[in-house]
Formats: sequence, C-alpha cells, structure tokens
Amino acid sequence: MGIAESILLTIATAATPLLIAAMGELVVERSGVLNLGVEGMMVMGAATGFMAAAVTGSAWIGLLAAIVMGAAFSLLFAVLTQSVATNQVATGLALTLLGLGLSGMIGEHYVGMAGQKLPSLDIPFLSDIPLIGAVLFGQDPLFYASIALTVGTMWFLFKTKTGLTLRAIGDNHGSAHALGVQVQRYRYLAILFGGACAGAAGAHLSLVYTPQWVENMTAGRGWIALALVVFASWRPWRIVAGAYLFGGVTIGQLHAQAIGVPIPSQLLTALPYIATIVVLVLISRNRRLTLLNTPASLGKPFVPDH
Amino acid sequence: MTQQAAGQSLLRLSGITKRFNEIAANDGVDFEIVPGEIHALVGENGAGKSTLVKMIYGLLQPDEGEIHWRGQAVAVANPKAARALGVGMVFQHFSLFEALTAAENIAMAMDGKVDLATLAEEAQALAEKFGLPLDANAMVGDLSVGERQRIEIIRCLLQKPALLILDEPTSVLTPQEADRMFETLAQLKQEGTSVLYISHRLDEVRRLCDRATILRGGKVVTQCVPAEESVESLAAMMVGEQVHTAQREGSAIKGERRMQIRNLNYKPLNPFGVSLKNITLDLHAGVVVGIAGVAGNGQSELFECMSGEVLVEPKAILLGDTPVGQLGINARRKLGSAFCPEERNGHAAVGELSLSQNLYLSRQSTDSVLSGAAGVIDLSALSRVTQSVIQEMDVRKTAEDPPAASLSGGNLQKFLMGRELSRNPQLLIINQPTWGVDAMAAAHIRKAIMALAKSGSAVLVISQDLDELFEISDYLAVLHDGHLSNVMPTEQCTFSTIGVLMGGASEDVA
Repeated sequence: MGIAESILLTIATAATPLLIAAMGELVVERSGVLNLGVEGMMVMGAATGFMAAAVTGSAWIGLLAAIVMGAAFSLLFAVLTQSVATNQVATGLALTLLGLGLSGMIGEHYVGMAGQKLPSLDIPFLSDIPLIGAVLFGQDPLFYASIALTVGTMWFLFKTKTGLTLRAIGDNHGSAHALGVQVQRYRYLAILFGGACAGAAGAHLSLVYTPQWVENMTAGRGWIALALVVFASWRPWRIVAGAYLFGGVTIGQLHAQAIGVPIPSQLLTALPYIATIVVLVLISRNRRLTLLNTPASLGKPFVPDH
Repeated sequence: MTQQAAGQSLLRLSGITKRFNEIAANDGVDFEIVPGEIHALVGENGAGKSTLVKMIYGLLQPDEGEIHWRGQAVAVANPKAARALGVGMVFQHFSLFEALTAAENIAMAMDGKVDLATLAEEAQALAEKFGLPLDANAMVGDLSVGERQRIEIIRCLLQKPALLILDEPTSVLTPQEADRMFETLAQLKQEGTSVLYISHRLDEVRRLCDRATILRGGKVVTQCVPAEESVESLAAMMVGEQVHTAQREGSAIKGERRMQIRNLNYKPLNPFGVSLKNITLDLHAGVVVGIAGVAGNGQSELFECMSGEVLVEPKAILLGDTPVGQLGINARRKLGSAFCPEERNGHAAVGELSLSQNLYLSRQSTDSVLSGAAGVIDLSALSRVTQSVIQEMDVRKTAEDPPAASLSGGNLQKFLMGRELSRNPQLLIINQPTWGVDAMAAAHIRKAIMALAKSGSAVLVISQDLDELFEISDYLAVLHDGHLSNVMPTEQCTFSTIGVLMGGASEDVA
C-alpha cells in the first residue's frame, strides 16, 4: 500500500464519524428541532460501544449497543423538549454535559484496555485496484454505512412523502398541525434517529478510529458535526464536503507534524477545526440563501392547543 | 329549520359549546347547512367564528353538543377525519409552507401516497377549470398572498369536498381578485358543493350568500337571508349597538413638510421579503396619507425603513431637514416621530410585560421624566402616564397594570396607539392600525388618528382595509410589489381605481 493510498484511507476514517453524526442531526434539524446534545450522545455511544465490545468480545455487538445507547440518550432529550416543552438549547447543552460526565464515570475501568476493532470489509479483487481500490472497497463497515446514510437521507428528504412532511414540519409546525400532521410524533422519531446516528458515530471512534476508550475521546467532534449542519445550509452533500475537508486537514496536519514543519503543533492540531469552519463560513456567506434553507421553526417549541 | 329535516341537511350543529379556561368561546351554537348553499358565518373578531369552524374541521373538540353530517352524528377527531367526511378548509392565516413548492404544499394535504408529477397535472387542470392560474413548481415564499390563497383553494378542491370552509378569504385580496373568487364559488355552488363563508365584510355577504348565521359573544344571535337585509341592519345585528363611523371634516390644510423620502431602495435580508424600489413620498403636517395594498407587497419593509428598524442611505429619508437613513429608532423618536408597528404581540408590545413596562420600552429615550436620577425608572411618573393613556383611549382591562398579552386585541391596540398619541408626535407612522380589532375599538382608533392630524401632526397609515383608508385619509397611494404609486387626493380616488393599482396595473392604465 502506497503512501497516497494510506492517506486517502485515513482521511475517510477521520471523516466518517463526522458525516454520520452530522447527517443524523441534519434530519433532526430539518424537523425543526435543535439538539445541541450531539457531543454527549456521541461520547456515550463511544463509551458504551467500547464496553459492550470488550465484555462480549464482539465489535458488532458493541456497535449495536452504541446505537441503542445514542437513541436512548436522545429519548431523554425528546421527552423533555417535546412532551414537557423545555428549552431546546438548554436541554441540549445539559445532554452534552451529562454525556461527557456519565461516560467518564461508567468507562473509568476501561481506560487503557485493549479493545475490539470492527473488521474492514475487503471486497475481493476490487480492493486490489491500485490507489482507489483500498479506499473504495477495503474500508470499515461504517464507511459504507455513512455513504448509504447520505444517499438514503437525500432520497428520504426529497423524494418521499414522509420526508416532505418532515421538511414541512421544520418550515412551519403550526401549519403542519393544522393539516392534521402529528408534529410531535415526527419529531420524536427524528430525534431518535439523530441519537442513533450520534451513537454509531461514537462507536466509530472507539471501535474503528482508535480502538480504545479515553475519557472525552470525542474531542469536540460532536460540536463540529453540529457546525457542519448549519454551515452546510442543511444540505446533505455539503455535509459530505465539510466532513471530508475536516478529515483531510486532520490527516494532513498529522503528516505535517511528522515531517517536522516549523509550525507549533498546537496550531496544527487546531487546523482542521479552523479550516472547516472557515471554508463552510465562506460557502454559506450568502445570508439570503442560508435563510432560505434554514428550517424556519428551528428551535421553537411547539405545543398544540387542546 | 326543522322542515329541512335530516335527509336534506349536510351539516347540522346542535348545542355546540367550547370553553377555554372557563370562558365560553362558543355557547350552545345551533346551525345547519344544506347541500349547494353558500352559508355565511358573520361576527366580529372574537365572536367565536374561528373556534366554531375549527371544531367542524376537527382541530378542536367541542365540550358539549353534537355534530351531524348527512343526518348521522359524527365525532370529528382530527382534520384527516374531516377530510374523509368531505370537509375542506381554507384558513385565514394560511397553512402553507413557504420553503416548499406549490405542488409539494398540495401534496402535504393529500392523504395516502401521492406522485408529485401527476398531482401537479391534476392541480393544473383543476386550476384552469375554475380560472385560478397556478404555477405548480413555484416556491410558495415567492408568491403573492392572492396566489397563495389560490393554492389553498385548489388544494381543498382536489379532494372534491361536499363542504368548503373559507375563513375571511377576501381580507387579503384586491377587489378584482375577490370578484374572481366569487365566480369560482358560484361555479362550485352550481356543482352542488356547499360553502361556509366566514366574513365580517357585510357587502360581500349580501352579494354572495344564500343564508347567514350571525354570532355575537359565542352565541347565535339570529339567522337571516342577507339579500333581504341592509349592510346597516347586518352590522347592527353583528355588533349589537350602533357604530359611529368617523367623519372627515372638510379638506385638510397642508402644513410644513415633516418627512421626505426620496428614491428609497431597500433589499430585505429575508429571502421572502419584498424589495422596495425607488420610493418617493412626502408627509406634511396636518395631513393623513393612507397607503393601500395587498398584504406582502412591501408594507412591513416600508415601515421598517421609516421607523429605523433597518437602516438605509442617509439621505433617502429626511425628518424635517435631518438625514436619518442611518439613524436608529430612538434617534428618530427624539426628532419628534412616533411609530406603531403591526403585530401587537411580539412586535409593538412584549406580551409578558405589563402595560406600564411596555410604555416605558417605547418612550424611555424621549421622555426624560420617566427616567429619574442615575437611570432609575421613576415608577410613579410611569404609572401616571400609563393611567392617563388608559383613560384617554378607554382601554378595558382586568387589573391595575396587567400584562399586555392579557388584553383583547382591540384594547391592546388602543393602548399602543395611545402610547404614541399622548406624546403628541410631530409625525406618526402606523402599520395596520385596526387589524383584528373589534368595530367599536376600530372607530375609536380612527377618530384618534384624525384628531392627531387635525392638531397639526403628519400621519401615515398603512392598511389593507380600503374602507378605513377612504374614511380617514386625505391622500392615498398604493404599494404594489415594492413600488409606490403617485400620491392622490382621496376625493379623486374610487375603490376600483385603487383596486386596479393594488393589482399591479400602472397608473396610466388606471
């Protein structure tokens, strides 16, 4: 495997968790709900996934456990914001703080333990194609899942009646309610979907990227995923671009550090975050266009009258 | 009523009662609709019309009483159930989604699976049949209010309803657009569809409707055949007392120029907002200028530019001789102007704050008496001013200093007008002074506006209510798609000349 190949491979690995988490949050926000708890759900997924894999010896069971945990954690958010109508921003922040603390506590005994790794799916022959073979056909299962998730989300949002209804709720929940749409049911399901995605993204970190558990191992990726959704103007393909840009700069700066580029390593480590934000801000600098795509009822509570 | 027995009635309500926190919005309402009639539901704002139709459409459940559909007692659990029965509804505040296309909006209301392409074709065909032009692929946010209403109507008609409910449909239309809608309704009636027509525009009801049920305070006052009544007698039934319309006294004396707008161009940030194009306008002391136009043609943008909510070229707007385009609201207030925006709750007033706090919010920069030493609010002065506004404008309230949101629309609007009027501003700019306000309060507000102009202030009123503008304005202009027409003396205008301008014709044609 050449250097170029391994760089491409690692870029995809760095981009995948962001892509999965952001795509889940995209669906949540398209329904008009702002869940700032992505980081918390993601870190809970990472911890649970690692622990379940370590206990059972199966990375697949770990992945499943992470998805279930992400969804369960988001259910807490859903109940509070949808049924009790609490403030979404405050509840989301609380979810993140709770997730970071709780994962550190339950994962305490697993720090430093060797973990399970999800096996790569090597597709025979195809993965032997030079340069792109390993990148396209020799990746971890979640990479393929993230591609399927992107295509599936685009199809769901823009081609199906249910997706249309979801976008309509995000645009104007009052009107949707007047048409007899069960706004809260849709939002519950969207939030659960977002939670499951965040859980899976967390599992990618602790079962693929670096198969071990470290406290706060998400390192702000949940926040980057949230920022991706906004700066991508709630459009799926832009999230792919943002996630891979982040992955690319992450890997690029690692190699730069290895070569010994005379830039402080702290600055290089911060580079992926800075670059992603700057590029996406530039893309979305047309405020009119951004407003046009923003779900108009994003973050607003909805309580149907009796 | 009883002769038209069960077999013939399409919808019959008996003893319908609905309470919100002990207050009955509907109290024992009985009425009936037969197939193929246009039935008017008439009443003031707050009479309970909207609550009643929401129960028919399944958005609310009655506390007492029964709904019979084609002779059978039914419970309408939700709008889907209502549509299954054959009830379609066009809402007063549109239930459309701005970020979706017309076809997608229509699909939203169809139950079950839909194919967008076939649906768009069907909608187009139906639109042509009823003479309601429609572009299925246009984004709703880019459409005018009249066009949006067409989408709503077509969306209902696609489901072939037996009963079509229209809630205040003409309040957003030009007179010409309204005429076209009446033709559509007549065509529907011919085909046997019943229409429940909710309105407080009595001349329309007289022209269009076969029967009318009049609601007041949640109860049915009477039923009548509107064609046999006069507008005055209908109004008396609706209001329950005589309404005195304000009367302009002679022609106004044009005083000095208080505001000058020259070549004002403004492109709003909101992607669905309307750009203002080359607006030129002068406001003189002692004169009321009325700006007519269908909602969504740049009224709120124009108001925001004049009040300083958004900033424009410095010299585009002069107050007296001072360029104020780059000055904020408070700076403009200090120069003697006052502003009263539309949307009482959330824009003109903060609903959770008390009346005195709301008064302070708008006057803290201009009334030094309210701010005592070291920026501490002088509460007793504030309370004095608030109480005098309340008395002056006859604001009815439940407590000494209640939260703004607890007042009825009419009373809150009276308070908000009084808040600006009692400063005796040299210039007053009002957007929709009487929207959603009961007739008595509206008459009070209009009188106050005219009195202010008579005392030597310049007044600009933006309104969708043509009757109102003709009643109080000395001069009229029409805003259409961000263009302002010439300013014309009211005596030289008629409903039809203004209506044509509202529809977008250039002045040479009108």
